[in-house]
Amino acid sequence: MIEAGAVQVRRGAGAYICGEESAMIESIEGKRGEPRHRPPYVAETGLFGRPTLVHNFESLYWVRDISERGANWFNAFGRHKRRGLRSFSVSGRVNRPGVKIAPAGISVIELIDEYCGGMADGHTFYGYMPGGASGGILPAHLGSVPLDFDTLQPYGCFIGSAAVVVLSEVDRARDAALNVMQFFVHESCGQCTPCRAGCEASAQLMQAPVWDLDALGNLGDVMRDASICGLGQAAPNAVACVEQYFNSEVSNG
Amino acid sequence: MGEVYPDKSVHFVLNGQSLEVPQETTILQVARDHGCTIPTLCYRDGCRPDGNCRACVVEIENERVLAPSCRRTVSEDMVVWTDSERVQKSRDTVLSLLAVEGGHAEGPTSAAVTESELSKWLDVFEIRPASPLGRASRTAVDQSHPGFTFDASVCINCDRCVRACQEEQVNGVIGVSGRGAETQIIFGLDDPVADSPCVGCGECVQACPTGALRLPEAVVTDDQKKVDSVCPYCGVGCALTFSVQDDQIIAVEGRDGPANHRRLCVKGRFGFDYIANPNRLTRPLIRRDDVPKDPELLQQAELGQFDWRSVFREATWDEALDMAANGLRHIRDQHGPNALAGFGSAKGSNEEAYLFQKFVRTAFGSNHVDHCTRLCHASSVAALLECIGSGAVSNQVQDILEADVALLIGCNPTVNHPVAATWMKNAADQGTQLIVADPRVTEISRHATDFLQIKPGSDIALVNAMLHVIVDHGLIDELFIEHRVGGFDQFKKHIQQFSPDVMSPICGVPVEQIVAAATRYATAERAMIFWGMGVSQHTHGTDNVRALIALAGITGQFGRPGTGLHPLRGQNNVQGASDAGLIPMMFPNYQRVTDPEARGWFESFWGQSLSATAGLTVVEIMSRVEHPETEAERMRGLYVMGENPAMSDPDLTHARSALARLEHLVVQDIFLTETALLADVVLPASAWPEKVGTVTNTDRMVQLGQAAVQPPGDAQADLWIIQQLAKRFGLNWQYAGTYHGVASVFEEMRTTMGSPFAGISWKRLQREQTVVYPCESEDQPGQGVVFIDRFPTESGRMRLVPTDYRGPDVVVDSEYPMAMITGRVLEHWHTGSMTRRASVLHQINPVPVVSMHPEDASAIGVQPNGSTAVLIRSRQGEVTACVRIDEAVAVGTLFMPFAFYEAAANVLTADKLDPTGKIPEFKHTPVSVQKTTAQPVVSGYT
Repeated sequence: MIEAGAVQVRRGAGAYICGEESAMIESIEGKRGEPRHRPPYVAETGLFGRPTLVHNFESLYWVRDISERGANWFNAFGRHKRRGLRSFSVSGRVNRPGVKIAPAGISVIELIDEYCGGMADGHTFYGYMPGGASGGILPAHLGSVPLDFDTLQPYGCFIGSAAVVVLSEVDRARDAALNVMQFFVHESCGQCTPCRAGCEASAQLMQAPVWDLDALGNLGDVMRDASICGLGQAAPNAVACVEQYFNSEVSNG
Repeated sequence: MGEVYPDKSVHFVLNGQSLEVPQETTILQVARDHGCTIPTLCYRDGCRPDGNCRACVVEIENERVLAPSCRRTVSEDMVVWTDSERVQKSRDTVLSLLAVEGGHAEGPTSAAVTESELSKWLDVFEIRPASPLGRASRTAVDQSHPGFTFDASVCINCDRCVRACQEEQVNGVIGVSGRGAETQIIFGLDDPVADSPCVGCGECVQACPTGALRLPEAVVTDDQKKVDSVCPYCGVGCALTFSVQDDQIIAVEGRDGPANHRRLCVKGRFGFDYIANPNRLTRPLIRRDDVPKDPELLQQAELGQFDWRSVFREATWDEALDMAANGLRHIRDQHGPNALAGFGSAKGSNEEAYLFQKFVRTAFGSNHVDHCTRLCHASSVAALLECIGSGAVSNQVQDILEADVALLIGCNPTVNHPVAATWMKNAADQGTQLIVADPRVTEISRHATDFLQIKPGSDIALVNAMLHVIVDHGLIDELFIEHRVGGFDQFKKHIQQFSPDVMSPICGVPVEQIVAAATRYATAERAMIFWGMGVSQHTHGTDNVRALIALAGITGQFGRPGTGLHPLRGQNNVQGASDAGLIPMMFPNYQRVTDPEARGWFESFWGQSLSATAGLTVVEIMSRVEHPETEAERMRGLYVMGENPAMSDPDLTHARSALARLEHLVVQDIFLTETALLADVVLPASAWPEKVGTVTNTDRMVQLGQAAVQPPGDAQADLWIIQQLAKRFGLNWQYAGTYHGVASVFEEMRTTMGSPFAGISWKRLQREQTVVYPCESEDQPGQGVVFIDRFPTESGRMRLVPTDYRGPDVVVDSEYPMAMITGRVLEHWHTGSMTRRASVLHQINPVPVVSMHPEDASAIGVQPNGSTAVLIRSRQGEVTACVRIDEAVAVGTLFMPFAFYEAAANVLTADKLDPTGKIPEFKHTPVSVQKTTAQPVVSGYT
């Protein structure tokens, strides 16, 4: 089908930021994995200066099935008016964590019950992170929101890589939020001030029993508005979710 | 992709105001042009914008996130807000985060931090960090380098230093390590600065906006003034600014001059305090009657702690000047003008050089005036004058940025013309292909497409082989040859014998490499040739340059930007000194003394008759002291200004013996140099930063220097001293005006030089500070590229002079099996008289060394990590020095700088000269080397 050597495989060394498309390109070019400024977009100027398509491996995975079985076959899957199949990486307080191929649009409650054997024995559903470290944190009472692209934005979250983390009553959202902020402190490339200094300042503030929500909000605004890439822009999401949905964990009384 | 028309403008809305701005302008440029205040930290004028600090972000309508205005260019109908609420909030928060990272949330801190760019922006926007949020401070302060401090605790990771080091100076030292909040700037492989490959250019210090990279603390007083001037060291002619306090220079900054655009090297930036060294001559000295001149004195170990009182006594100026003049006049009257000579300075001003040669010609009555160009590019200038009628460069250094190919042969620019080398490296980064030919693996060769490691002294074999390839493969420029070149047919026949097959074993370069390099040069649209001492300092140096001239001539590489010939001029004013006639065969502007018309003009202009015979050159003058052909020709008296032949002449044993043999030696200098130690009268003179005067760099830029401080003690301006001596010879010189009439001297010199200086008046230099010659009129800018339509020869054509292969005068043999090459090192200038008395430079590089390849070293039992000494012997003498093992040195050769009196390399060299250029063969001396237990002396100058 293709000539030998047409596909070259490159391995990364595991830095989270090298999953960002332009940082990945920088890394493949042998440089520090630091995201580029856009414009120009990588579709115009990408790897070695050439127009580049950057795809998630999951997308490529489905190409064969869709070309063999047809678009209608793929679109026949889906729930709550969403279409297609997704792989969800579910972890946390469930009986059977793991990678689940499930209909797009499935809710987390359905995902837990139908694909993960229910909540872990003795645990009550408390909240969940719908999309990895940057996707935000939602409370149990929002457990019926369809999980797909563009369905979570109204709630201040997004599906991201569909890495779902399920929390129970033994967990606190603020701990999860601090955990991901410390993750970002560790994984930030360090190029730009809002992310480099903002993540660290946020992590420091998030250790207080009572959060200074004004200060954190201010930092969050700047990180969203002025970071070079999505890591810094999305890092405040968990903080904003805690403020909105788990406020009692971080306030007085 | 749409085309970019530089003249096209776009409609752009700035804070509600509609504008038409040129395409390709950044938002920052437009905003600042229209009075907006936008803070910038990682952005630096003239450098690639990085956009990482985010202080300059602005709001662009319909974009989700804010944009860095330093990077974003305007586009049609773009709407931008520089002061919206979103922007203000981002800016304030970013600045307060940077304030913490930059050390402003902590207690008292250094002046460099509180006076930094960051600090100024915090003031402008009234930012006060509330608490130390953000990156935990690092406490590491690196003071290992004597010139500057690296304080990582106040670094904001703007990466200006990285760009300065990697992209501007291209030294590749500073990098970034770690990630996120652990990101840090490192030198080398995270080494202390002093252990890293840092060359001390200080570009990073100049670039740093926070004070993380800073100069040593100096209390800044209210009376600090800034004086613009030019660097005193090399021929690049970097513009700089002295910071002066209490009549002392305390710091140097790079200034945006045409040769350097703010860049400097370690010498220019950190080597300024030699002028304040306690060894400065401050009183005239007269040799004590009871102390004979003994050259052995210079060989004495403890020279660094030498007590001048054991040889000289202080005198008043009148007594010293009288004795100086009387001694010289007496010799002239008793023995005739041929018994006297003068060595002027390539480090002094044009005005001093002009007066000095006028003095020798009118007071001594001969043309025996010369300077250190004789030891430098004499062969180059001789060949250039012979072949194309002009000895100066045809294209300036920065033309290399326009060149497709550049041949760098026998030069080591990263060491000897560091800022010029940065342009070369920039050009290589942009795609210019460098062909480097040298016996040593030089730093610049790392940027080369072709590196031709030639055997020492085999340049003609290489270049003639390249010429053969070009002729043989039909790569000549026929049109250019037809109209601009003479003698091609004979040349073509002659070159047939120099095929690459025959020449390859002689020069040691494989045939394919010769062919590739020749083809690359000849087929380039624009190709340039740079060369240095490796080409000129040979007994066949003139031939070497004749061959290079032919290379450019038969390929038509002349008269356009990015083409031509550039002999890299060494001293800060060697070009100017030659132009001003400080040479034995020519008056100012290269008019031959033997030409009756020229001589007649000068006789009329100077009001007396002048010698019709060309004078003697430096080495010839020295050999006439002890070995004249007849008594009548014996050289008996010498006046030396700002030269140190007791270190720079070849065969020092004989040169020093000759100096000691002189009946009367007058030395005018700023230090008691090795030459001054043998003088009868020593006149304390002024250093460059104490002068007003002009100097001319390698690019033919005439630049004005201002006095930043006064000479110490009773030291006087050289211009005054020469005029005082002239007075005592009965010359009625009247130079009106301030600073000893310097402007009048310049104007007189200009008159003698004719049309190239017609447009360069003193007043214009005061206004513009730099003007290039040739410059026909005051309203013209001066020509960077010359020989556009013709060469300044009688026929207008280049003359091709065929050359035969001649190797070095004396080749290695079983008794002296290695070839020693002398040269320079980055931190030290020539004989070391200035730089070894500059505290930072001396600290960086204090030890006299000789460099050897590891194979040669181990063959004589020298271990890599010991500090071993070796005894080096040649037919002329012997020297003991410490060994440095260096793989860059070719097997079978040694490299030795001539800056260290304790191991004076020129004790070993011979005084055989190139027949035309009269330059010695510093680049090839057969020597023998053996390990020794004798300890080499390392004294320095206290």
